[in-house]
Amino acid sequence: MKATIRERDGVSIIELKGKITIGVGDVAFRETVHKALETGAKKLVVNLGEVTTIDSSGIGELVAAFTTVSNRGGKLRLCKIPPKVDDILQITQLIQVFDIHDDEDEAIAAFTA
Amino acid sequence: MAEQACEVQLSIGSQFENIELVQSVLEESLESLDFDDDSRYWIGIAVREAVANAIKHGNLEDPRVAVAVEVRIADGAFGGRALEIRVRDHGTGFDPGKVGDPRDPANLLKPAGRGIFYMKRFMDDIEYNFGPEGGTVVTLRKRLGTRG
Repeated sequence: MKATIRERDGVSIIELKGKITIGVGDVAFRETVHKALETGAKKLVVNLGEVTTIDSSGIGELVAAFTTVSNRGGKLRLCKIPPKVDDILQITQLIQVFDIHDDEDEAIAAFTA
Repeated sequence: MAEQACEVQLSIGSQFENIELVQSVLEESLESLDFDDDSRYWIGIAVREAVANAIKHGNLEDPRVAVAVEVRIADGAFGGRALEIRVRDHGTGFDPGKVGDPRDPANLLKPAGRGIFYMKRFMDDIEYNFGPEGGTVVTLRKRLGTRG
């Protein structure tokens, strides 16, 4: 699993690749979110386009990131959700919790809408 | 595709990275069975959840304590044949009836508590058994011959 963070138009983009699963990917994702928040980021987009597998721990980290960012007065959006990740979010009705966008452009534009 | 006999037994130390080994062995076992790609993927996720629970909640991540995984074909399940995966730990057990529905509004934003729900969703049946001297066995079953 690889998690990278970059800035675009004042938005912190966290890009995840590979498996977001217990013990490895979930921890890397959590650390990346905290790193972004430590720099004062309030607008975050998580790009899941290259995620191959997510388990309940990975989903739990997405939820934790969403609440942590919200509690700090920020906003976290998701984009490029692969079909299997979409399925797993649908099943637990989390699809209604997250702001989900087709791509980064749309997610970034939503911050100024 | 012809279904061949499939019986695998595996024992791993309670470290999360060993889930990848289970996943790899499982994928090989499923190759000869008549499941479509989606079913194989979701069976893999269900087994990951079962093994993760055994490592985390059962064996408390003690790498010296083993999680045993058994993959077999069960005749007679669901009036036919089924893939059956058993995952055994050495924990103190729990009450599955007390595990809440993660879709409940009170649970929706909790960071944990979805693993068993996913297992139930992706398999046709899951069953918990608790040994008199401790240890939990979760049995996951998926009907065979329902492709397409």
